[in-house]
Amino acid sequence: MLDTPTTRSTAAPPILRIAGLHKEFAAANGTVEALRGVNITINKGEFICLLGASGCGKSTLLRIIAGFEKSTRGSVTVYGTEVDRPGPDRGMVFQDYALFPWLTVRDNISFGPRQRGVPTPTVVRETERFLNMVGLTAFADRFPHQLSGGMKQRVAIARVLANDTDILLMDEPFGALDALTRSKLQEELIEIWKTTKLTVIFVTHSVEEAVLLADQVVVMSAGPGRIDCQIKVDLPRPRDVSSPEFNALRRDVTRRLTRHVTSDRPVVATADS
Amino acid sequence: MSVQTEVAAPASGPATGTTPTATTNASTSIWQQRAKAAALASVVPLALLLLWDVMVRWTGTRLIPPPSGVAIMMWDFAFGGIYDDAYSASLPIHFWKSVQRVYGGFFLAAATGIPLGLMLGRIPLLRAMLDPMLSLLRPVPVTAWLPLSMIFFGLGPKSAIFLVFLGAFYPILLNTVFGVKSVDARLFEAAEMLGCSGSQMFRAVVLPASLPSIFNGLRLGAAFAWILIVVGEMTGVPEGLGAVIMDGRTLSRTDLVITGMIVIGITGYLSDRILLSLSNYFLRWSPQHNA
Repeated sequence: MLDTPTTRSTAAPPILRIAGLHKEFAAANGTVEALRGVNITINKGEFICLLGASGCGKSTLLRIIAGFEKSTRGSVTVYGTEVDRPGPDRGMVFQDYALFPWLTVRDNISFGPRQRGVPTPTVVRETERFLNMVGLTAFADRFPHQLSGGMKQRVAIARVLANDTDILLMDEPFGALDALTRSKLQEELIEIWKTTKLTVIFVTHSVEEAVLLADQVVVMSAGPGRIDCQIKVDLPRPRDVSSPEFNALRRDVTRRLTRHVTSDRPVVATADS
Repeated sequence: MSVQTEVAAPASGPATGTTPTATTNASTSIWQQRAKAAALASVVPLALLLLWDVMVRWTGTRLIPPPSGVAIMMWDFAFGGIYDDAYSASLPIHFWKSVQRVYGGFFLAAATGIPLGLMLGRIPLLRAMLDPMLSLLRPVPVTAWLPLSMIFFGLGPKSAIFLVFLGAFYPILLNTVFGVKSVDARLFEAAEMLGCSGSQMFRAVVLPASLPSIFNGLRLGAAFAWILIVVGEMTGVPEGLGAVIMDGRTLSRTDLVITGMIVIGITGYLSDRILLSLSNYFLRWSPQHNA
């Protein structure tokens, strides 16, 4: 059941290590097992997609990494330090944005650094830098309710980037956006990821999105949630969604994903990463 | 200007129908709407004044003066020169005393109600300790506190301030608690993952997020404060709009009573407008509240 790291360098320690993670929720009739025996190792700078159907526990896993929820057993460590609460090293981008409605775009982005007591000149400089990076300089003084969904999600991304995060956690961030805005933001996210060299953990239920974005797709299966397999995506970037290679890989991932949905019995996890 | 646009709009309207016409139409209709609103709002008061005047003449009562009598009293109360008695030109002093007591009690209520409400909404231990007692005291009418408040604070302005405080405290407290409890949990998570914790959370998230509800509470509280000023000034204070009304009653000077009522009504209304514009300013980020 041990994960098999597929990384090129073994010299640098992994940024995130999840070992033997279990999560149970209390329910009306006993407990519900949400996650069973999850092991993942993620290296600095990797773009990981957690892919799975609804209810497979992928969001729960992300929330445990973020520190919003506690695991029942097992550990999550960032550079060897156990995660026990939310922290600025793991910045979260929510599907419903969770911007502070009383703050302007600029103040939303500078919220984190200000709370952490970063000197004002630095805060101002970094805020302007990330405003510019997500293309919202012209909208800096607007309030969230005056923005479109895509713009709100750009603010949410810039807010986390400006806070000097190590790991960017994204919980179906583009799920509520229309197709055009979504593909625009996917492109921008890849650009940002290349520029900042961040580690990204991206939760999605879209196979195409996972194959388009990830270095590595972690396929999860439900009931209880666990890792089915990890698939390395070696396609060159920028990726062409109409190329035969892309479609072959997408078919492959889809087959693995739907196997659990269609079969009567869940298949035991196979390690082939 | 509005006359010009009114003339211009119908002439060019049907012929061209271009954007400039549309904008003049829009500005005209705003003025028309305002005039219409003012006209509609004054129908009932004017009808009541008329009814009042007719009824006084018809019944020939001497207990209630006609509107003109009250108008003369109001002039004398404000500027003097007609009756030249103890109440002539005394509006400023009564007004000022009442305003001090109303806002004294109101700010005291806000200064205790808001912080307490923020903490009650966020700290379960505090809620478990205080909520039952506060719920028990809440149904007690403020007027029932009158004898006790006179024992606590003596005859005088302190007692009035205490009663106003009691009346304004509960709406402010309860609305603040409600506001805190209805803050989207996601915002706390967002703040936590950005590095905000503990007491920072109150200032950075809890307070601004519950501001819409707090302003509701403040407006209700201020309204109660003006309602209670009459009760508050029953406690043997010589000056104040409530005291004037009580004096008017004792002296059977109904014109004085009605004058006091009108002044309180107008002042209460203006004070609410001030709170409303403050609320609109501080809640300009909220599409629901920026009226």
